[in-house]
Amino acid sequence: MENPYLPYPVRIDDIQIATEDKSLKTFKFVFLNEGDEEKFAYHAGQFAELSIPGVGEIPIGIASSPVEKGFVKFTVFRAGVVTSHLHNMKIGDIMGIRGPLGNWYPWDKLENKNVVIIGGGFAFTTLRSSIVYMLDPANRSKFKNIDVVYGARSPGMLLYREELFEWERRDDINMHITVDGTDDPDWKYHTGFVPQVVEQNAPKADEDTYAIICGPPIMIKFTQPSLTQLGYKPHQIIMSLENRMKCGIGMCGRCNIGKELVCKDGPVFTLDQINQTPKEY
Amino acid sequence: MKFITIDKKDWTQGIDKSRKTYQLFGPVTDENGCKIKELDADVAPDMDYHESVMSAKSVLFPQSETILTTSLNEAVDDHHIMKRAENTYTPRAILGIRPYDAKAILLVKLNFDTDDYRDPYWCDAYEATTLVGLGITKPGPFDFSTSVGCGPFCEEGLDILLADLDDHYLAKVLTPKGEAYAAACGFDAAADDKESQALFDILQLEAEKNITSRVETDKLKDKVLLDLHEAPFWDDIAFACINCGTCTYVCPTCWCFDIQDEVKQKQSSRFRNWDTCMSPLFTRHATGHNPRGAKVQRVRQRFMHKLKYFLDKYDQGIMCVGCGRCVKSCPVNIDIRQVAHTMNTFEKKD
Amino acid sequence: MDTCIKKIRELAADLLDKGEVERVIGFAKGTIPMATSPIAIGSKQEIEKLVFNSTCGLNLANFARNLKGKTAIIAKGCDSRNIVTHIVENQIKRDQIYIIGVPCTGMVDKFKIASRFKDEITQFEEAGDTLTVSSLSETKELKKQDYLRENCSLCTHRNPVLYDVLAAELVEEQVLENPFPDVDRIEALDPDAKWQHFSDLTKNCIRCYACRNACPLCYCPTCFVDEAGPQWVGKGQNKTDVDTFHFLRAYHCAGRCTDCGACVEACPMGINVRDFTRKLNKDALELFGWEAGLDITKRPPLDTYSPDDPNDFIK
Repeated sequence: MENPYLPYPVRIDDIQIATEDKSLKTFKFVFLNEGDEEKFAYHAGQFAELSIPGVGEIPIGIASSPVEKGFVKFTVFRAGVVTSHLHNMKIGDIMGIRGPLGNWYPWDKLENKNVVIIGGGFAFTTLRSSIVYMLDPANRSKFKNIDVVYGARSPGMLLYREELFEWERRDDINMHITVDGTDDPDWKYHTGFVPQVVEQNAPKADEDTYAIICGPPIMIKFTQPSLTQLGYKPHQIIMSLENRMKCGIGMCGRCNIGKELVCKDGPVFTLDQINQTPKEY
Repeated sequence: MKFITIDKKDWTQGIDKSRKTYQLFGPVTDENGCKIKELDADVAPDMDYHESVMSAKSVLFPQSETILTTSLNEAVDDHHIMKRAENTYTPRAILGIRPYDAKAILLVKLNFDTDDYRDPYWCDAYEATTLVGLGITKPGPFDFSTSVGCGPFCEEGLDILLADLDDHYLAKVLTPKGEAYAAACGFDAAADDKESQALFDILQLEAEKNITSRVETDKLKDKVLLDLHEAPFWDDIAFACINCGTCTYVCPTCWCFDIQDEVKQKQSSRFRNWDTCMSPLFTRHATGHNPRGAKVQRVRQRFMHKLKYFLDKYDQGIMCVGCGRCVKSCPVNIDIRQVAHTMNTFEKKD
Repeated sequence: MDTCIKKIRELAADLLDKGEVERVIGFAKGTIPMATSPIAIGSKQEIEKLVFNSTCGLNLANFARNLKGKTAIIAKGCDSRNIVTHIVENQIKRDQIYIIGVPCTGMVDKFKIASRFKDEITQFEEAGDTLTVSSLSETKELKKQDYLRENCSLCTHRNPVLYDVLAAELVEEQVLENPFPDVDRIEALDPDAKWQHFSDLTKNCIRCYACRNACPLCYCPTCFVDEAGPQWVGKGQNKTDVDTFHFLRAYHCAGRCTDCGACVEACPMGINVRDFTRKLNKDALELFGWEAGLDITKRPPLDTYSPDDPNDFIK
């Protein structure tokens, strides 16, 4: 087996500022070695460790989608030592990526089902990966209705704005974009917190509907009751968790919640599974 | 399987012969106690030792180990390309390792060698290591190995098991690695199979009778995980804890580690260090959010991991081999045997 | 000293019964010989759990911060000085702590006792000045005086300096002509030998931080060794990093250390951690006439400036 601590060397191919306050940037990486991209074949929902020699590593959800070839994309929030260093790097710089790590959204279970995607703030990365995957002509027919509720503090804080508005214009996906508040008189979408928008716009649950929810702990805390009100059972609510990680391969023992390791048994769990773990996340 | 008699007069000469092909480790006693260390050319292992403060895990899992190196010098072709650090895993032997430490290595292997991933550093070291165990004829007062599926003459994980019979050792060769090591030492005085096994059986029975510390852990498997987690006794257990790393570092079955990068001039190294779940920073997110920010949560985590999560996850018994080091070294005398008893007898009140 | 436990229990039971304190912090009997475990008792039904003897080597002031409500605490001489330091440093309020003072005749050196036996100690009893210690193979009677911890043998503050009630009669304080013979020994070495001494001291350190965590003075929310942005000290076993931790921590305790020996007591590797702070204690006494924790109205010398401060180092 290959050394799971050794990253694939990559080059930064593009950097985009993702939010108006510049706290998030989207990085596009290309693999230096031929064949590494195939080895890195991933599913929507997985994450990877972005690895900078001499600085450290960070576990970040993969924002690009398996159907997008030739590169991988990650949207990174500047929070600590490694993310700050990454934000100061330039196009052409070399670093490493380890992965893909973790499990992924249960695509086989979701076939022939309605999918409701709920995201908040900058936790939308793997959800972008999922939406691009589902909307791809090769995959769209595998799913029934797709609803998306995505909210941020203000319009400038929404990730992937251009793509969001593009999807909004499509008729094979129902977008419910919302912001907490805005002074923009031309804002044509919702205003209000994600839990309310979910209550008012998300479809009611039935046996064939699943919800994927990804966001800061506080958003999840208040959105859960809304979903429960709409009739979603714990096994129909799929969540992606975060935790402090180092190895990402289930060996350093840091990211556990009870006996589940978020990096290996997760980060995707159903609410049902999470209800059986201690509340230490 | 075969048995070999080793006259103690021939012991040092034999192991010195093995130095041609093996790096040797063993118990070394100094004024601060006994530790498992690399044996320099003129140092013999202290085979009369009782217990070592630290376990043998550092031979396979050093406290600080470089895993990757990178040149940051942009003039060099492969700058910023990370490479595996050039550590060598030449054959080595740990002499006089206790059976509980050998069993612990098997438990730790469950973590580092899985179906999905293989930790090359630990696994390469494991494959290069021969474990020459020394049975414990007089178990100490902290040894509760028989309560947790191990024992003073337990053979699990060992390549050779030695019994100390005053003027000679009786060696039971358990694996091909063990055979190779005995050959490298030139120990070849075969002993009768039946008689030898009978002797080992007696020694084991006697030694196990001498174990004075017992703990019951039979009901842990059936307890509901969340019930134990929410139980009211954790605050009392946690009060004295000072959240140092002593218990985790002396424990042979603890494996948690941290990964750090350091730079010196134009060279960077990534290395891993032992880390401890007792540290407040262990689970602290970059945002400041800390799922185990309170001391009681960390104390609870340690015991739940050892006595419940590991048990449920791997079904190989609890994550403890009964060596008693944590009991002896804990600065505030938090005793895992007491905690195990409390958990084992816990009944949820409705 | 072990006879004052009755009085301690009486006083503690009374305080809890009357609801004057939320809890009493003291020592509980250990599960292994020569060990005791800090404990917080909330009701007088648990009073029998409290013990006090010559193996109560930790400093309970370490457990006195950040508690809700009023707390009673068993305090030896050194512990009481650390409580004074906590009050001076605004870590606890005087009216939130009720000090049950215990005049102390010293704690025993567990490593020293263990080294007298070739196998594990199975029993430890004390009666007055006599210790009866048994291992798997033999029993010895030892004199407590011969097995005092080094800091206890050099102690000049056995009586609590601040207390609400005393659990026993005050004891006679030692008067030492030279309170720092251990520092003198090291000072007499030439620089290479001195460096070697300190190098050897940390060679077995496993960075468990038991010394730091047992020390009542070390209460920084984030210790300098744990900082990541910027990272001051490496976290591995590099000798320079290990030594930096010990030297720098000693300086953070300079002028505040009461030589309670909790650091040495806690260390699983038997390192004499006090060697790092003793010289600083000597300097504090000689340069500023200062001993930590004796007066709740005075701030430590590294905290205050006075025009009379010694300045002969300015050439």
